[in-house]
Amino acid sequence: MRKKLQRTEELFFLLLMKLSVAIILCVVCVIVFTVFYKGLPSLSWEMLTQTSRGGYYFGKGGGVLNAIVGSLYLAFGATLLALIIGLPVAMLLNIHLKKYKRLVNSIRFLLDVLWGIPSIVYGAFGFSIMVLIGLKTSLLAGIITVAMLILPIMIRAMDEVLKEVPAGLLQASLSLGSNKPQTAFMVYMRQCSSAIITAIMVSFGRAIGDTAAVLFTTGYTDNVPTSLLQPSATLPLSIFFQLSSPIPEVQSRAYASATILTILILAISVLSRMLSNKYNKNKIS
Amino acid sequence: MEQKISIKNLNVSIGKNHILKNISLEIPPNQITVILGPSGCGKTTLMKCLNRLIDLEENAAISGSILLDHQDILNTRSGLPEIRKKMGLLSQRPYPLPMNIFDNIAYGMRINGTRNRNVLREKVTHYLKQVNLWEEVKDRLKEPASSLSIGQQQRLCLARGLAVEPEIILADEPTSSLDPLSSAAIEKKFIQLKEDYTIVMVTHILRQAKRMADYVIFMYLGEVIECGKADQFFSDPQQEKTKEYIMGTFN
Repeated sequence: MRKKLQRTEELFFLLLMKLSVAIILCVVCVIVFTVFYKGLPSLSWEMLTQTSRGGYYFGKGGGVLNAIVGSLYLAFGATLLALIIGLPVAMLLNIHLKKYKRLVNSIRFLLDVLWGIPSIVYGAFGFSIMVLIGLKTSLLAGIITVAMLILPIMIRAMDEVLKEVPAGLLQASLSLGSNKPQTAFMVYMRQCSSAIITAIMVSFGRAIGDTAAVLFTTGYTDNVPTSLLQPSATLPLSIFFQLSSPIPEVQSRAYASATILTILILAISVLSRMLSNKYNKNKIS
Repeated sequence: MEQKISIKNLNVSIGKNHILKNISLEIPPNQITVILGPSGCGKTTLMKCLNRLIDLEENAAISGSILLDHQDILNTRSGLPEIRKKMGLLSQRPYPLPMNIFDNIAYGMRINGTRNRNVLREKVTHYLKQVNLWEEVKDRLKEPASSLSIGQQQRLCLARGLAVEPEIILADEPTSSLDPLSSAAIEKKFIQLKEDYTIVMVTHILRQAKRMADYVIFMYLGEVIECGKADQFFSDPQQEKTKEYIMGTFN
């Protein structure tokens, strides 16, 4: 009797898990399908290679090259900036401050709070800082703002893995006479390289897809920016502008732009999987 | 005889637990000193004081002094990597570094300034031979250290420790996760190594202590109950607790 109950319970939860997976897969498929179905017909070589000069938003020729390049610049810049700040912070939490558990846990809590702040708030905050230091809407301002947005995500993503590094490895490294920075960058980084790559890619995906943080800070332009101090277009904003147009052709181009953005993000995910598998082989358990 | 390490009035509390109570000890050079005692008696904490890994513990309050060749290594905040370098650590379970076999040995030498490839290759070979691992791994030096068996990993960790030229080897139950053959290999190695190194070893295995020890320290509840030369310790223990422990009637 009891055995039968256990079996039913097991089957029930198995079914529940399968159902959840199916639902998530369905949602992903529907989103990707909608974007591709509506976007692919309008996707042309012209869209990828020309800027939206002239009457692009009124249905005339042109493309979104300015937004593609702008988004890539912005996402690369912000991810790099966040990495330069975030990696040492994650290491500090897990090596230098490891024994101060309460302090580390409160920092983790604060980072989680920051993670939850809507990106428009970061946009507004970035904007007020720009006003303070006299920076105009520009790629640089956007990079700084988006870096602030993705920093907590990146730090926590790395932190979750770094904190699983066995204490014995830290002791082993220190016993060989290495100091803490050497332990961080030569031992912990190797141990967690695949997870660090994943954290970078997740942050990059978030950076390239975010709209609200760049709304006030990066501005919008029809040109490809040639310096950090020029404003820059971004794909999400470009999609927003095209979709708000009453002209059907422009609206379908919005879906084409969304297709480009989706493909970029998919490519990054696949790349991160490949890279993290490659760097996983030396990991010890 | 000149002592290698002298511990004087060492007290360690972690939080509210008074773990080591007023410990004073002398550890002789070029001998195997075995620390015996039931679980939770502070053996591992004592080891951690020697290589200052105790610094990684939260809320640790430490007093007293530990002199290594007359130099206090407990009450200093500088030169920790140098102190730790002198104390090769072999832990209960091997923790190879997350890199290939060659780099595991070369790591310590590299961070201490040896860059020359030929020198590194020579020394890596030397230390791998010294722990009798060379024949087993000479064709797979570029493979991850995690691909070795646990027994091989433990010997790799010993070689890695020796490669930074320590003066003392601290071994915390070094054979507890190993099969009998690997254990015997480590034991045999230790007996050879004591010519050049001072070895401090924690063990739970009484027979192992009898086989290896030159000098024995028996601890119970954070205190040193008895210490002395191995033959005397095992044949004629002075304290009641020690007798019980050796007879196995201890509880």
